[in-house]
This record gives sequence, C-alpha cells and structure tokens, in this order.
Amino acid sequence: MANIVVFCILAVVILGSAVLSVMTKRIMRAATFLLFVLFGVAGIYFLLDYTFLGAAQISIYAGGITVMYIFAINLVSKDTLQGLVERFKGTRVAGGIVITLVGLATVGVVLLKNKFIDMSASLADAEVPMKTIGSALVGSEKYQYVLPFEFISVFLLACIIGGVMIARKEDKK
Amino acid sequence: MIPVECFLVLSTLLFFIGVFGFVTRRNLIAMLISIELVLNSVDINFAVFNRILYPGQLEGFFFTLFSIGVSAAETAVALAIIINVYRNYHSDQVNSIENMKF
Repeated sequence: MANIVVFCILAVVILGSAVLSVMTKRIMRAATFLLFVLFGVAGIYFLLDYTFLGAAQISIYAGGITVMYIFAINLVSKDTLQGLVERFKGTRVAGGIVITLVGLATVGVVLLKNKFIDMSASLADAEVPMKTIGSALVGSEKYQYVLPFEFISVFLLACIIGGVMIARKEDKK
Repeated sequence: MIPVECFLVLSTLLFFIGVFGFVTRRNLIAMLISIELVLNSVDINFAVFNRILYPGQLEGFFFTLFSIGVSAAETAVALAIIINVYRNYHSDQVNSIENMKF
C-alpha cells in the first residue's frame, strides 16, 4: 500500500516536471525541471529495490549531466539567461500533438492487448544484494558483464577525446 | 509490489512527452533535454521488465546501468558539438545549421 502511494507521488512529480520542462520557454528552467525528472526516476529505481541503480542515476544523471547542461547553457547564450527565447509556432505544436497522440494510441493498444505474466504479487520487497551485482558486473562467466564494462571504459575515453577535439578552438591558418 | 502496467503507462507517457518536446522545440539544448526524457523512460522500462517479470536475473539491470553511462558520454559529445555550432553560427537554433542540407 505504501508502495502505491510512493509510486503515485513519484509519477506525479515525474510527469509534471517533464511537461513543464518541455513546455517552459526559458532554457534554464527546462534544465532544472529535467533535474526533478531525473530524481523522480531515481526514486522509481529505489522503489523497485534497485538501490545501486538509483544511486548511479543520482550521481551520473543528476550530479553529472545536469551540471554539464548548466555549463553549456551558460556558455551558449546570453539571451536565454535573460529569459527571451523561442516562441512556439502554432502549426508545429499542432503537429507535435498529433504525432504524440498517434504514437500514444499505438503504444496504448499494444500495452492493453498484451497480457503480462505478472509476478508482482509474489515478489518480496527485498533489495538485490550488492555482492550479486558486483560479481555479475566484473565476472567473465555466462550472464556476467566484464566485456561491456571494459567496452564502456574505452567508449568513455573515445568520447573524452572526441569532445576535446570538437570543442577546442580551430587554429587560425 | 506495484503491477507492471502502472510502470509501463508512466514510462509511455514520459516517452511521448519527450517526443513532443523533440518535435516542438527548435532550441538545440531543449531538444537534447527532450532526448534525455526519452532515454530515461526507456531505462525505466528495462529496469521494470527485469524486476517484475524476470526477478532473479540481472540483464535489464545492467542494460540500464550501461545505458546511463552511454547517455552521459553522448550528452558530453552533443554539448561539445552545440558549443561549437554556437561559436560558428552565433545561434543555438537548429534552423541556423544549413550547410549540410542538400
């Protein structure tokens, strides 16, 4: 019962902040509402007893990506900081609404037609033990994930180099 | 625990809010923020499918974990590109980038 109450609060926070983040005109406010959405999603992970995932979400998304957004906003535009930004065009908003509703109807039909094997009633509220996660993350057996782990480290290195290459000033020839 | 449909409805709504923002906004950073919303809804789906439909396995868990890492890297590169675009075109709207139009 408590779970359902927490879920409803989180859902309201997530959806409300998401709508505000998409609809607000000031870009800084959009980034702030994105932060609330990210915290809400971390709360959903905590609710699912994936504590490690929630902590990773908070530290990487809410701690890292949001800071990066705010830096980029401050670097990019003075206008947006002072609050004069894009205006919404009516035709584009109408097109967006149509696309959204069509997609929502499609996914809704698929979702309602589908019968899920619902094991939620029999599921205990127990945290996934950290030891299992750790050994699955760096083990090399079946269903263990050391190869993607290493790949993602190489990938991050490539992204650091790529980011530096793209964002640095061109030499004047 | 909460039935799986509630989570799926939540992530569907979040996904399409993101899609709506991506179609509607013309600011590059706002479009990137909408993409973050979409990515988060997909991450919720992975975690929920793993937790409620297949408890005892960890595939969705690790997919979400790696997806968080990949999206962090992707955001960094995208922001670098946006800053570079702003430096070259003095605008942060998508309409300003027209050199690669055919």
